[in-house]
Amino acid sequence: MSAVYEKVKGVLVDKFGVEESEVSMEASFEDLDLDSLDLVEFALAAEEELGVRISDEEAEQLETLADTVKLLEEKGAQA
Amino acid sequence: MTSVLKALGVAVPSRVVTNHDLAETLDTSDEWVRTRTGIVERRIAEPGVATADLAVEAGAEALKRAEVDVDAVILATCTADRTIPGVGPEVASRLGLGPVPALDVNAACAGFVYALSVASGLIASGVADGVLVVGAETMSRVTDFGDRATAVLFGDGAGAVVLARGEPGEPGEVGPFDLGSDGEGADLLEVPGGGSRRPLDAAALAEGAQYLKMDGREVYRQAIRRMVASSEAVLAKAGLTAGDVDRLVGHQANARILEAVADRLGIGEERRFLNVARYGNTSAASIPLALADAELAAGEQVLLTAFGAGMSWGSTLLRWPDLSVA
Repeated sequence: MSAVYEKVKGVLVDKFGVEESEVSMEASFEDLDLDSLDLVEFALAAEEELGVRISDEEAEQLETLADTVKLLEEKGAQA
Repeated sequence: MTSVLKALGVAVPSRVVTNHDLAETLDTSDEWVRTRTGIVERRIAEPGVATADLAVEAGAEALKRAEVDVDAVILATCTADRTIPGVGPEVASRLGLGPVPALDVNAACAGFVYALSVASGLIASGVADGVLVVGAETMSRVTDFGDRATAVLFGDGAGAVVLARGEPGEPGEVGPFDLGSDGEGADLLEVPGGGSRRPLDAAALAEGAQYLKMDGREVYRQAIRRMVASSEAVLAKAGLTAGDVDRLVGHQANARILEAVADRLGIGEERRFLNVARYGNTSAASIPLALADAELAAGEQVLLTAFGAGMSWGSTLLRWPDLSVA
């Protein structure tokens, strides 16, 4: 697993109260009970923690953590 | 020399509209609204009731409790009774204050914090000794009750305080202030029609340009970021940290925004105040309505922070005085 994935996992567990055992690359935000506002907040947290900006349009397209990690890595996120 | 809060008064329409009421005509549900916003019900003014009417009611209560003379009025609103003139002069006259200076401040949801700073400026410059600061809104008049994204969010109400000249360290001391704006976000939250850019002709009315439009996600994101930064800035100006704050009373737009702001500031649940459940987002009226409900104790250090259309934001500190708010 990539360092960016570990960072994303940390954000989900610490800031959104997601159970660590539920987090996997295949998990969708819906599986994790995160709604559209959580996704906005997740994008904000990713910006704070990883220094890359996810636009609202990009955030809307994200379904799984695999999509998310891929997008963050493409944007040059350094964990 | 500084400005000190002497009295508080509030007024809300008696008509309560619940999420269930709105769900009868809108594709939404109580559960959806509660989980996304924390709002359970809001007050809606009866037809014929205008912003000035709520402002006069709240202002009269504050004046009755204030044991000081008031010689200026600042009215924070983005839902004025009419385009011209402002609401302030009418409110001053109806309250029997005579020919005092009176003006409106339109900084939308940040209006009350902006108005406090304007009032403090009038006191500091010697223009006024006592200022009635009112935040009053009839948001229902610019709400499209057919738009489920915004219809559930807003409510009507008013709150007023009296600020007077005082000494630093005195109970009720207000300040310092941190204020800011970003006009690049003007169209993220707007009523496009009815001004000089888009007069309300038949085409504009057919489009619903008289109603409030919002890019909810971007506003949500910016609200969190700006209120955190502004709160940190005002605390730094005062030489304080978030640990010195006894109570965070933020603009009541959305419970989740305020939770996110408080989390980032490190202000725990017991030090946050929320009453968005009762009133929804009452824009410039929300902070005084929250102060009235927060059961603050004399001497408590209160952090006020707000964000709204403009985009505009502002924060200040208030050392709660010993006063009755019942």
